[in-house]
Amino acid sequence: MLELAIKGSKKYYGWLAVVLGVIGAGFVTYLWQYFAGLGITGLSRDVSWGFYIAQLTFLVGVAAAAVMVVLPYYLHDYKAFGRITILAEFLAIPSVLMCLLFVLVDLGQPMRMLNVIFYPSPNSVLFWDMIVLNGYLLLNLLIGWNVLEAERQGIHYPNWVKPLIYISIPWAVSIHTVTAFLYAGLPGRGFWLTAIMAPRFLSSAFAAGPSLLILLCLLIRRISNFDPGREQIQSLAKIVTYAIILNVFFFLCEVFTVFYSQIPEHMDHFKYLFVGFNGHGALIPWMWTAMGLMLFAILMLVIPSVRRNEATLAIACIAIFIGTWIDKGLGLISAGFIPNPLHEVTEYIPTVPEIIITLGVYGIGALVLTLLYKMAISIKEDASA
Amino acid sequence: MMEKSRRRFLKIAGISALGLGAKPVLDVFASSEEDVVVEAPVQEGAPHVTETEAHHAATEPRIMRSPNAKVAPQWAMVIDTRKIQSHSDVEPMIEACHKIHNVPHMPDKKHEIKWIWETEFKHAFPNLASEYMAKRVEHLGLPVLCNHCENPPCVRVCPTKATFKNSQGIVMMDYHRCIGCRFCMAACPYGARSFNFFDPKPHIEEENKKFPTRMRGVVEKCNFCAERLAVGQKPACVEASNGIMAFGNLHDPNSEVREIIHSNYTIRRKQNLGTRPAVYYII
Repeated sequence: MLELAIKGSKKYYGWLAVVLGVIGAGFVTYLWQYFAGLGITGLSRDVSWGFYIAQLTFLVGVAAAAVMVVLPYYLHDYKAFGRITILAEFLAIPSVLMCLLFVLVDLGQPMRMLNVIFYPSPNSVLFWDMIVLNGYLLLNLLIGWNVLEAERQGIHYPNWVKPLIYISIPWAVSIHTVTAFLYAGLPGRGFWLTAIMAPRFLSSAFAAGPSLLILLCLLIRRISNFDPGREQIQSLAKIVTYAIILNVFFFLCEVFTVFYSQIPEHMDHFKYLFVGFNGHGALIPWMWTAMGLMLFAILMLVIPSVRRNEATLAIACIAIFIGTWIDKGLGLISAGFIPNPLHEVTEYIPTVPEIIITLGVYGIGALVLTLLYKMAISIKEDASA
Repeated sequence: MMEKSRRRFLKIAGISALGLGAKPVLDVFASSEEDVVVEAPVQEGAPHVTETEAHHAATEPRIMRSPNAKVAPQWAMVIDTRKIQSHSDVEPMIEACHKIHNVPHMPDKKHEIKWIWETEFKHAFPNLASEYMAKRVEHLGLPVLCNHCENPPCVRVCPTKATFKNSQGIVMMDYHRCIGCRFCMAACPYGARSFNFFDPKPHIEEENKKFPTRMRGVVEKCNFCAERLAVGQKPACVEASNGIMAFGNLHDPNSEVREIIHSNYTIRRKQNLGTRPAVYYII
């Protein structure tokens, strides 16, 4: 099947070249970080996790697109989604791969990465995160590949794949839950110390992941002869609508508890993000933009005519994707460290090399996504021709 | 010197034993952990050999403890801040610690490495500071360091056991195992941990050859001077503190620290978090 991924038009090769260029730039910059140290990033003693870990957090959500398609298709026998399950599974693969790469580029001693396996520590949530992320990657690879290969040959996929599909559904929930637990169980970080962290991760994931999938479906219809289908896109749009409303609702629940209780350790981080704390507030415009985008998207999506129009739907999906990215990929992680446990403020702004390395990892994700989608779409085109 | 060559011998002996089977080597490390746990509270500084130790010694190679070693199931510190008059009372403690532990002076404050430092009451005890409080306390510079918690969150989150609680209650770091994920820094509610964002060696003023330097990409912090306790010395900051700090066995009701805790009202940092810090403050 792999041969399908390397046969394409000039435009296709051009796109691959661009992506490879971005990856190359990221890789060279990473070599600099590897030899010099993480000091070339904006991280500090006080804000010891930043952009990289935030991208991990966000992309775990994107990977969730898969379960929102797999679950209705296999558990509710919603036939329409059969057409796009492969797209959802193949979106999960590069997403999880990027998650793992973001952990890797964040390590101070990446050569010792295997110590996590040599000295397994079940008391550490990071140990479990490694297991669930790798497991989800493997599940989607096995399922996606075998189902697609069967489709290509016009046969039913082997029976042993079925249990894996069922396992992949709760497994998808586990990757968010465990990633949320990385933060939600730390005693001295009031911003993260909340039981609604995992539910918030799930809601923002089920909004961001399917939003991206809708955008990809629209793109595929434009650039290939395979149409993912209008009904499919509309069903995804309904999922996105519910999820983004839940996400904002969960956030407001958090805001109520924090501000009505008036406990400073929990309030100060929110103040830092939205109104500034002790004169510091680098993220204020970003956070209000995120809130604005999410509310704007809700207003659009709840109006049936706007949701049914694919052009306006696309705008809402872009708004959701950017809004949830700011919320998780920018605000959630650094704000947990500001103010620090001694109630001092050190702000965090990612540096240029840090952003280039981040783009490099996104480049790897884009490359893997392109190759996988190319294979899947070629087979789908043949099947429908 | 003696210590070093004995270690070397054991290392070589251990590696040779691998040829016959790895078990004896593993036993050396396993047993040294085990029998310290078995130990009942011991008098500070008293030389001792437990029964298990004697038994093991006859059969297998093992790492021996110095007869002078100070031993306790949980070390603790009491800082009497009433004795602090000014910055110059705290400075020597920081100086002594950072010097012998090869703690670098990083030029950028964001990459600062510190094992013990001075801070105001409102930063050391953010949940206890009031708008109106005793003038002396308000502007007092307090020494803060790793609390060697009895229930340490940093140890709980470490994915490689590179940070661990040793048999004497000290939260230790294995700089060779640490992968630099910094989960422990997120977990510590006291900001006690530092990360080597760059190679620290060029920023060490005068290297102490008796203590290892670190490399870039690993986390480090106060070790309650485990290396000094092992040879019967008190922690460097305690020695330099001119009586401001007391140090001893928390589980021994007759130890100096317990007597002080018994006869004075002490507080600990962020006690409400359940970490059970082993550094007590008299304000």
